[in-house]
Amino acid sequence: MYADRLILLVLSFFVAANAWAGLDIQHWTTPQGARVYFVENHDLPMLDVSATFAAGSAYDNPDKEGLAGLTQGVMRMGAGDLNEQQIAEKLADVGARMGGVFSTEQAGYNLRTLSSPAERDKAIAVFSQVLTQPTFPEAVVEREKARSIAGLKEAETQPGYIGERAFMAAIYPGEPYGQPGDGTVASLGKLTRADLVGFYDGHYRAADMALAIMGDIDRAGAEKLAETIAAALPPGPAPAPLPPVAPLAKGSQQVLPHPASQSSIFIGQPGMTRDDPDYFPLLVGNYVLGGGGFDSRLMKEVRQKRGLSYSVSSYFMPMRQRGPFLIGLQTRRDATDEALKVVRDTLAKYLAEGPTEAELKQAKDHIVGGFPLRLDSNSKILGYLAMMDFYNLPPDWLDTYPKKVAAVTRAQVIQAMRARLKPADMATVVVGGQRGADATDE
Amino acid sequence: MKRYLLVFLLFGLAVQPAWAETVEHTLANGLKVIVKTDRRAPVVVSQIWYKAGSIDETTGTTGVAHATEHMMFKGTKKVPGAEFSRLIAAAGGRENAFTASDHTAYFQTLPVDKLGLAFRLEADRMAHLSLKASDFAKEIQVVMEERRMRTEDNPGAKLYEALMATAYEEHPYHNPVIGWMGDLKNMTVDDVRHWYHTWYAPDNATLVVVGDVEPKKVFALAQKYFGPIPAHKLPVRKAVAEPEQPGEKQVVVKAPAKLPEVLMAWKAPRLVDPVKDVDPYALEVLSGILDGNDSARLPRALVKEQQVAIDVGTDYDPVLRGPGTFLIEATPNQGKTVAEVEAAIQDQIKRIQDKGVDAQELARVKAQVIAGHVFQQDSLFYQAMRLGDWVTAGYRWQDIDRRLAGIKAVTAAQVQAAAKKYFVDDHLTIGTLDPQPLSKKQRYSNPTSLGGGNVR
Repeated sequence: MYADRLILLVLSFFVAANAWAGLDIQHWTTPQGARVYFVENHDLPMLDVSATFAAGSAYDNPDKEGLAGLTQGVMRMGAGDLNEQQIAEKLADVGARMGGVFSTEQAGYNLRTLSSPAERDKAIAVFSQVLTQPTFPEAVVEREKARSIAGLKEAETQPGYIGERAFMAAIYPGEPYGQPGDGTVASLGKLTRADLVGFYDGHYRAADMALAIMGDIDRAGAEKLAETIAAALPPGPAPAPLPPVAPLAKGSQQVLPHPASQSSIFIGQPGMTRDDPDYFPLLVGNYVLGGGGFDSRLMKEVRQKRGLSYSVSSYFMPMRQRGPFLIGLQTRRDATDEALKVVRDTLAKYLAEGPTEAELKQAKDHIVGGFPLRLDSNSKILGYLAMMDFYNLPPDWLDTYPKKVAAVTRAQVIQAMRARLKPADMATVVVGGQRGADATDE
Repeated sequence: MKRYLLVFLLFGLAVQPAWAETVEHTLANGLKVIVKTDRRAPVVVSQIWYKAGSIDETTGTTGVAHATEHMMFKGTKKVPGAEFSRLIAAAGGRENAFTASDHTAYFQTLPVDKLGLAFRLEADRMAHLSLKASDFAKEIQVVMEERRMRTEDNPGAKLYEALMATAYEEHPYHNPVIGWMGDLKNMTVDDVRHWYHTWYAPDNATLVVVGDVEPKKVFALAQKYFGPIPAHKLPVRKAVAEPEQPGEKQVVVKAPAKLPEVLMAWKAPRLVDPVKDVDPYALEVLSGILDGNDSARLPRALVKEQQVAIDVGTDYDPVLRGPGTFLIEATPNQGKTVAEVEAAIQDQIKRIQDKGVDAQELARVKAQVIAGHVFQQDSLFYQAMRLGDWVTAGYRWQDIDRRLAGIKAVTAAQVQAAAKKYFVDDHLTIGTLDPQPLSKKQRYSNPTSLGGGNVR
């Protein structure tokens, strides 16, 4: 199936909202220090839970890259008195689904289960055990190391993976966000069971858990669920926060050879934090530049006017420290230089002149008007609860959001985009690279 | 109320709560309108499904269904250029489209009071698409970029394309949905025009609406915007049957990669009668027993115990206009060969053929399907997808939950019988990815500067 025309994923990094009267977010902290965000809703007989920790790849020690990911992956392969087969069977027997969460910053698990007590209680029991009593069996650790190494070697042949990794390393040189989340063949090979146990004990602590609960359970049930998990997690304070990201001193460019028919292009620099004072001007400003799909200037210039790419977009990924700002596209090899020039000219022109009043209105109308779409399912609401919890955003964050978007002015967008985006300091990574039109791709 | 809902679903009773009522009305011009109410949020999903996909294409113009989909965003006389997308976005909506082997569908998700906008724009482009040659010249370039991104530079996708082209020799499932690159290069705006005028008509479409709406008002709105469009005389669709496969087939694809991959495809039935059929449901259960969860047979045996593969998966969907295919895909572990993985897969199939499946496995798969039926109510979009896909494949909307009932009724003996009947070597096609090095040189050794143009 060919989902078409634009990669919607990029838009989903943006949290947009509008006058919303219906979402009653309850928020408390357990005695162990775990933060809970909860919405009670009985429309569907199901329950969603998410538990995340500051335990993503940014928390790897530089000589143990890949440890955070392996730890999170192996947690579900043995916990308490259950082996991996029993964990999988017990969940499947009640139709529950447990999924892993792993990113640069976060790691953890989420659970979706029927809310009827017989099914729910069994599913939650397994979920709690995985979070609080992982056993990291030696044989499983070794097997998963080998699988990770094989998967990594395969990924290292694919242009998107090569480019993204090189881009993150280029904009975060020597910094936690720049570490390869999947590790390296050498670093993975050296990891031991003791490393996993140590990482778990140091990072999966109640004082750092962000627990989100959505669906068919009452407050007392939600409190009990939170207590059960929080009380069984390792004791101790939350891990130290990451240091602030240093701005890039100068721009860089690299071409990584690859036989692909297209060049994959990545341009950007460190962008913004989740609690950034310029969050809303940058959100609206990026919609016009490359976040707004067919409303965006990059899509108009690169795809609509010139047919150079199927997908082109830009995004800010807000994180605890400055997350990446990225412009990404793919184009046929012989159009590489042309596409790069169009992207750079479009960015420079936008920074120089800012959005028109019409573009600004379109962006705000879309973000504000589309608010109900962001919260029209339990899974989307759970996603916002988990995000707000992890980033310590206040429970009324969604309520005030639309007003803040609506209040953004053209001058604020121009000021914020210029202050944040410095084309001369950006890193450019091209996988593939320009080649002559005579070298066809068939 | 929630407890009752669950009970109804578990026992397969045809009782729907008030918020999940489905009703249908067909306009005089043949447009079928299906409305499902879901009052959880002030949001509506509108999807229009055309019964026109790559299955309806002919040699030399493969990819025209998908190219037409691209051109549907290029404007009409009344709503020129990219105005369609701008208006939907300004209303806070999201929109897109997808083309598949069996259909082409367009969708908008909007605040519920904006449904009329979606209907007005969608009806306009059903009948009045501009189709300018200058737009096409640029858009076909975009489509070729899409093919490069999705297929040319994606070893797994190239393998799948080659496998289907080998498994199906006469049936149009032979062709990729996006089209062969040569056909894209030769395509003209007239090809798109012909396709558009042949298939874009109310009597070849189903409009599916899910959300916080009143069905009667939706029908009235549909009549207002789509009612004036005249019905079409649709061409006779010639049924193309794939002849019985006379022996095992193999295909090898070489592409830049590190690990090999094996893709095995057996010919399998499509769902014909949702009420009476048994085999398609038995194969859906078999797919669950092989790969429905982390404890299922294939990941357990191949990945965890034998460690012959690093990944394995199955795919089987009987809701189709054409013949069915049961797929198993695996990536060999380092140091293991494609032949070893194939043998391990065949061994697991033989065990089921010889010894059947146990009651607990069967119950586990059914529990997952039943829970999945509840979970899928969470997404407005997915509910609309299921209805559109089902009806466009030729089944009655009233029978959609017969699939759940059919799966729940499957016995262990039926699973074993289906395994024996369909997993036959003569009906098997095997595709193998033969990984090629990226270059003779070490990849990362020498990043070159951008201006140099000295790569390769």
